[in-house]
Amino acid sequence: MLGKLTWEAIPFGEPLPIVSGAIVGLTILAVLGIVTVKGWWPYLWREWLTSVDHKRIGVMYVCLGLVMLLRGFSDAIMMRTQQAIAIGPSQGYLPPEHFDQVFSAHGTIMIFFVAMPLVIGLMNFVVPLQLGIRDVAFPVLNSVSLWLTATGALLINMSLVIGNFARTGWWAYPPLSELAFSPDVGVDYYLWSLQISGIGTLLTGINFVTTILKMRAPGMNYFRMPIFCWTALASSLLIVAAFPVLTATFVMLLLDRYLGMHFFTNDAGGSQMMYVNLFWAWGHPEVYILILPAFGIYSEVVATFSGKALFSYRSMVWATLGICVLSFMVWLHHFFTMGAGANVNAFFGIMSSIIAVPTGVKVFNWLFTMFRGRIVFTTPMLFAVGFIVTFVIGGLTGVLLAVPPVDFVLHNSAFLVAHFHNVIIGGVIFGALAGIHYWFPKAFGFTLDERLGHASFWCWLVGFYLAFTPLYVLGLMGMTRRLQHIADPSWRPLLLVAEAGAIVILCGILCQIAQIYVSIRTRERRLDLTGDPWDGRTLEWSTTSPPPAYNFAVLPRVETIDAFWHMKRTRQPAQQRAYKAIEMPRNSPAGFITAFFAVLMGFALIWHIWWMAILGFLAAIAVVLVAGWSVEREQEISAAEIAQMERAR
Amino acid sequence: MASSLQEGLLDPQGPIASAERLLLINSTAIMLVVVVPVIVATFAFAWWYRSSNQRASRDLSESYEERVEFVVWSIPALTVILLSGVIWIGSHQLDPRARISGTSDPLRVDVVALDWKWLFIYPDQGIATVNQLVVPAGTPVEFRLTSATVMNSFFVPQLGSQIYTMGGMITHLSLLADKPGEYPGLSANFSGDGFSEMRFVVRSTAAGEFNAWLGEARSSGSALDDAAYAELSKPSKAVPPATYRSVDPKLFDHIVDRTATGRDTTGMVHQGGG
Repeated sequence: MLGKLTWEAIPFGEPLPIVSGAIVGLTILAVLGIVTVKGWWPYLWREWLTSVDHKRIGVMYVCLGLVMLLRGFSDAIMMRTQQAIAIGPSQGYLPPEHFDQVFSAHGTIMIFFVAMPLVIGLMNFVVPLQLGIRDVAFPVLNSVSLWLTATGALLINMSLVIGNFARTGWWAYPPLSELAFSPDVGVDYYLWSLQISGIGTLLTGINFVTTILKMRAPGMNYFRMPIFCWTALASSLLIVAAFPVLTATFVMLLLDRYLGMHFFTNDAGGSQMMYVNLFWAWGHPEVYILILPAFGIYSEVVATFSGKALFSYRSMVWATLGICVLSFMVWLHHFFTMGAGANVNAFFGIMSSIIAVPTGVKVFNWLFTMFRGRIVFTTPMLFAVGFIVTFVIGGLTGVLLAVPPVDFVLHNSAFLVAHFHNVIIGGVIFGALAGIHYWFPKAFGFTLDERLGHASFWCWLVGFYLAFTPLYVLGLMGMTRRLQHIADPSWRPLLLVAEAGAIVILCGILCQIAQIYVSIRTRERRLDLTGDPWDGRTLEWSTTSPPPAYNFAVLPRVETIDAFWHMKRTRQPAQQRAYKAIEMPRNSPAGFITAFFAVLMGFALIWHIWWMAILGFLAAIAVVLVAGWSVEREQEISAAEIAQMERAR
Repeated sequence: MASSLQEGLLDPQGPIASAERLLLINSTAIMLVVVVPVIVATFAFAWWYRSSNQRASRDLSESYEERVEFVVWSIPALTVILLSGVIWIGSHQLDPRARISGTSDPLRVDVVALDWKWLFIYPDQGIATVNQLVVPAGTPVEFRLTSATVMNSFFVPQLGSQIYTMGGMITHLSLLADKPGEYPGLSANFSGDGFSEMRFVVRSTAAGEFNAWLGEARSSGSALDDAAYAELSKPSKAVPPATYRSVDPKLFDHIVDRTATGRDTTGMVHQGGG
């Protein structure tokens, strides 16, 4: 009846997962309790859970990313602490079977449920506003995407208490991830949470490619699009091209695990290196799916706070598209050490270093944008400058790792760990934080506290260097990654510094939580009444903060890049006042209900509860079909209503 | 234990590791030529053009110069062209399977990754060791490597190049230790619960000492027969070094076949071609 699920799945005897699970569970219950007591359910259901408004969906994505950041970061602190104490005779406090889950969960969560939701959330919120349109191409699908991503996040957190997570690292390389070596449900949690959220991501990609290609404001041709929209387009194209590869690869691994097939096993003709190739054929584009929109954010932020147009917009666009194409030609650099021939290694090494050209061009363009500008050091600008410095260091170590013989000694080392945290924290996370600070007033109508923002920035920056510079050095000393126990006591001082760095980053996160709290408490003093708190350049600043559900009462006409900047200069009103009726999509519970059944299905598949899996699958499909065939999906807001709402603002 | 900088990549003990360190330093230097000015310029621009600086001359108009654009693309392009040359030559010179020219004939060693220890088979000498690799200094060592279990990576940081060990597959690697000494070795690809303790020692000895060690190994310990291998291949952690006085020189090939087919082929006459 319940498949493999028994009471033994819940680790009553082990304090760590039970306590952390209890904390998570109690927090969730407390939040649900407050919502119930305060009677907020109808509001939540109407305004958020069933919303198909791209702005609300964007905000929910970012919230998901930030909550999961706390989870992923607590894994990080646990790992750093283990490595700081489990040296020489001491085995630390995490035995291998726990430590291995912690680093696997850390990587999986940070990539799929922190970085991705933050980037996709910002894309959701910003792209339609910058394009001067009212919503994305497929609003209900957008809601389905969000809730499928949340499904994956929920499943991965369930593994904390019910059963266990994968102990394979976040790539889940076979044959370690095959049934012969990982017989428990850990890898199944990994596979099903990523399969389900991966479908959500793919749908997002399709949605944004369609939106950007087909739905721009009148007059906005491709070379008048804000640079962030270009990077969102490049990222979405990469999603559409790369995520099916991941899904297909995982399907093969699932067939191995569930039906005894041999795609990637040691024996019977399986090829583990096929998995490794396919995984990175998705994995390297994934890096650019994350970093390109971050580049877009920096471009917007640097231009805005330097008071200048972005230097050489066109070469920025070509650099973005160049990276987009090149990102599919470098995957082998993740495993130079498999023993391929010298020609193969040299080819992929050279292709990888060629990516440094468009990336270098971007860095120079940001510098020339700052040159002779009037730079205002708001929190987003601090993150942007911190990023430029940090990212060129990460780029340097990245190109080093692209030299195959250098990779032969640095592959899988602490140096590599430092490198990709250098580009992901210094690039993606700084970018997301800059974006959150930059667009927060647009989303909520008031600005964030700058003093706590600055404090948070300095903690992140200093904490990053403290945490990862020692890892660069340790990598050169011969320390490999994923060590539950460290034999060489002379590594202790550096590991302690790295631990201190993680704690400084924790202070940065606490500053941000305090910042949000303080900003909400003092919002009356920091209201953004103009809709344009930063003297912005692009269309999102031409509407009110927060924007109405329909974004623009009258769609703007675009004649240049930096459209809003020129409208302000020519004193041309952004919107004429001749209102017409607007058709807006109705709320839809389809996404939320689909996700509910997807949770049932995913959980059932993990635990081999076949009846429930079939039920969940059929119900989820039925919900999508019903939503797809429903006729009354739009509602009209009449011109009179719009005029009334616009007067009230 | 000696201080750490004497153990890592920065203290190479063989020609491969030395060449790789040189390549690491050269590539870093080439890139620093660009990276340092960029970092300095970032700080300089950010500081000088801050909005409160009255002395900065500003130009907020949207000027754009093609000459600047040309420079912007050329600097990274030229750097990468230079680096591409380094990559092409380096990849070929340091190809793991390239032979190292030495004064003496190479020593052949077959490496098998097990859960969670390393088995070293000396096919020409007919002995085997676990978690210790004894080699004569100054003699090239030609490795054939495989795994009887999940993927691992064979790595001796001070001797250079690591390489994956994969079930049913054979990789090749040549290394050389310049002088006698003890160098730590490890697995550099996560392989499960016993991974952190999957370490071994490379003991590089003078030639005479190596022969003495061989004699000693042949006259002590047990034989690595089918039963002993079956016992050894069971998962175990932090296994102390051991030697086996005799071993079937074909054991490595049997392990590869057996892992690839899932059938036990040890003790069978190898038919070839299979």
